[in-house]
Amino acid sequence: MAGYTGPVVGPVSFDLYAGEVLGLGGANGAGKSTLLRALTGSARIFSGRIDRHPSGVRVAHHRQRPERPPELPLLGRELVALLGAPSDPPPLIARLMGQPIALMSGGQYQLLQAWACLNSGADVVLLDEPTNNLDGSAIEVLSGILHRLGPDRAVILVSHERPFLEANCNRQLDISEWTA
Amino acid sequence: MDGLILFDPLFRVPFFNGLLLAVVLSLLGAYLRMREEWLSAFALSQVAAAGGVLSLPLGLPMVLTASVAAGVVALVFGLLPRVNNNHYGWTILLGWSAALIFAANTHQGSVVVESLLRGQLYFSNPWHLVSALVLLCLLFASVRWLSSRLMIGRFFPDHFSANGIPAWRHRLPFGALVVFAVVLGTVAMGAVPAFAMFFVPAWVSFVLCRGWRKALVMTVALALAAYLVGFALAIELDQPFGPTMVLVLVLLAPLRLLAKWHGEGSVR
Repeated sequence: MAGYTGPVVGPVSFDLYAGEVLGLGGANGAGKSTLLRALTGSARIFSGRIDRHPSGVRVAHHRQRPERPPELPLLGRELVALLGAPSDPPPLIARLMGQPIALMSGGQYQLLQAWACLNSGADVVLLDEPTNNLDGSAIEVLSGILHRLGPDRAVILVSHERPFLEANCNRQLDISEWTA
Repeated sequence: MDGLILFDPLFRVPFFNGLLLAVVLSLLGAYLRMREEWLSAFALSQVAAAGGVLSLPLGLPMVLTASVAAGVVALVFGLLPRVNNNHYGWTILLGWSAALIFAANTHQGSVVVESLLRGQLYFSNPWHLVSALVLLCLLFASVRWLSSRLMIGRFFPDHFSANGIPAWRHRLPFGALVVFAVVLGTVAMGAVPAFAMFFVPAWVSFVLCRGWRKALVMTVALALAAYLVGFALAIELDQPFGPTMVLVLVLLAPLRLLAKWHGEGSVR
């Protein structure tokens, strides 16, 4: 069970294997984001545990509303370099590499952050509503990246868009039934 | 040129002390702005002033008591789960009140607090200069390592907890650098001028530059230019250094309007 001042979600139990894209669906407020935060250690686990095998599994987390301080002159390429992502992205994202993040639209920044996490070399990538603010072509790019994921990596994908989950996930869980 | 007292050897130590501090304060100010913690510099400078006044009754060096006071408050900020401008605002009020009340009840306290609030750059001694030089070297030695971690913490806040990496390893040294910069800046320039050095150059350069490194270079360049002009004007016109430099920094504000002509170059 996980939450903040009190439990929000759980009890919940599932496994995630390398090569998998696991979709987490459920109603608004069901605790999908809280569950991801529990996996990153930023939400409190009231009972139960998270096991990692091997213990050194690296995790990247794309938040539902990525942090973007106002007026920051950081370029797209400087942002993705923070997580060690390569600078040869698909054309739609390549255009953002030389652009200050403060000038990007919400969708552009969302896509850039998701791309940085997915190409960071992390073994497990947690994507929280990555399609927010994305138009059709950006969603296609994101789907393409998810489909090209290596067999040694895994993704937990939270989305309220069921078609996106169905198109990109090997397996889906609806966590509404686990809401505390 | 012999009429220019600016070149008097008497002013060499103060001049280079302020010059080094201009680099340190503005560079750290850029990182504080990136983390949206720029107001903490002013809060800590008020606390440092209050701590500095306590040096008299305690019989300890002013830099030591100011550092301890600012360090304790910085540590409290670090232990809080989330710190915002409300915390800094309250600290400013408490620090300012404490400084003046301590001063009113301490022998010669009013002299000390005035020097801390207004600055005493011209009274810098070689020890101050060496301290500023050490701080500059520490900053240059660690900035590359600190920079990526501070940025990851800003843009991917869960990165450290998700990967079992203790965030204090970079937050503590950064906090220590800020505390010592605030203390040395407050002692040399005064609380408000030191804060202006943290605040203004980064505020201007961030909207004018494309790219983090360019913004850092411009931040330091603006700080140095403002310091040099402020120092020269203060001496040649026989004006107090702190307010003169703050005025010069304030005059940099219209440069932000250039961002409109930059078009794509601006980040506003």
